[in-house]
Amino acid sequence: MNFMASKQPENSLLGPEADSQRTLYPYVTGTSVVALKYKDGILMAADMGGSYGSTLRYKSVERMKPIGKHSLLGASGEISDFQEILHYLDELILYDNMWDDGNSLGPKEVHNYLTRVMYNRRNKFNPLWNSLVLGGVKNGQKYLGTVSMIGVNFEDNHVATGFGNHLARPILRQEWHENLSFEDGVRLLEKCMRVLLYRDRSAINKLQIAKITEEGMTISQPYSLKTYWEFSAFANPAQGAVGSW
Amino acid sequence: MDLNMNVNAPHSMGTTIIGVTYNGGVVLGADSRTSTGMYVANRASEKITQLTDNVYVCRSGSAADSQLVSDYVRYFLHQHTIQLGQPATVKVAANLIRLLSYNNKNMLQTGLIVGGWDKYEGGKIYGIPLGGTLVEQPFTIGGSGSSYLYGFFDQAWKEGMTKDEAEQLVVKAVSLAIARDGASGGVVRTVIINSEGVTRNFYPGDKLQLWHDELEPQNSLLDILNAPSPEPMNI
Repeated sequence: MNFMASKQPENSLLGPEADSQRTLYPYVTGTSVVALKYKDGILMAADMGGSYGSTLRYKSVERMKPIGKHSLLGASGEISDFQEILHYLDELILYDNMWDDGNSLGPKEVHNYLTRVMYNRRNKFNPLWNSLVLGGVKNGQKYLGTVSMIGVNFEDNHVATGFGNHLARPILRQEWHENLSFEDGVRLLEKCMRVLLYRDRSAINKLQIAKITEEGMTISQPYSLKTYWEFSAFANPAQGAVGSW
Repeated sequence: MDLNMNVNAPHSMGTTIIGVTYNGGVVLGADSRTSTGMYVANRASEKITQLTDNVYVCRSGSAADSQLVSDYVRYFLHQHTIQLGQPATVKVAANLIRLLSYNNKNMLQTGLIVGGWDKYEGGKIYGIPLGGTLVEQPFTIGGSGSSYLYGFFDQAWKEGMTKDEAEQLVVKAVSLAIARDGASGGVVRTVIINSEGVTRNFYPGDKLQLWHDELEPQNSLLDILNAPSPEPMNI
């Protein structure tokens, strides 16, 4: 896929496309986000990469952000659209606070808002090019949901975006269980992130894990995972069949 | 041979642009080639454009788009400065660029690097690539020539450089990119911004270091031919 396809210089031929706003393709993208429910709340992991086509261009992009007091938003896809969504949510939370009525938007409400935004943009053929993961805890209730750029939305005990759908979710289906401890949850997420690091070309080895509980949310410092390369077959893969791979 | 050179192709600044922070400010650098298809329309362009007294922007991509975006932002910042009663911050300038880039992403083809100094945050560099993402970084590179510099900067960039180290790094980098990128060339321009003010520097192509497979420029073959032949060896 060539994200850098040049825009047609013959502007006269652009016609209606030049006037109407419709996102045709993403430029700077983030890859998978993986999240799961554990005993005290939600754990979410994402690497810090911003790819520009096939170039791993930005290596310190924070793709998970707190929303209000109770929610955590992780995003994959076009980073500029994610930044725009954060602006919308800032406004949402601000108006919520201005009611000053002691109530505050919980993760379920924020997820619903995002679903409406994403679906409505999709209907206008001008999607926000993101897959979002929204997790949080309010009044003891844990919530974990996801919305895609076409408005597909659901909630579950564990979710993932992008490549994570194919590589992380099977692992989570096998190994996730109710009431995971914090350590087990982190180890399970790291197992998923390591596989993604091996097999996703746009993954980078610098990630953050975020935790949200009733008490609040924290995002870990950026760190890197160790990888394993010592399989004997790796050292000499063409031993039995010269020229093979 | 291309007899039908597309002289009506949009002016595009192939370009190499760089922004680097150092302890005390920022250094912005760029080449000076503007091309129309294969023809070099301007070999001495100024790609580092002033937005305010303390904030400059490096422009790449479509010459027209980047000029217009920076013209609008200069206009907005001028009004903002009057209303605010003090110099605009680098962050505000960068966010104005981002707003225009993001909201017109379907029509614009320009990547920009905003750099400057303000009294709140000191020297800051913001990259705004295609699409309108805003990324604050200690250094950033852009334009077609930047492809050749990712490895160079991964190796050569260090935290806490001095002003001279930072400028030398930028000049070296632009020069290396010019050596390999057909869309970059001409002179290397730098702009240094810190608490003391703004310094513009100019490094003509013939004053730059020679790289692999490049030869010392001569006035004429005749000078080489007439050079004295080397002394015979004494064994």
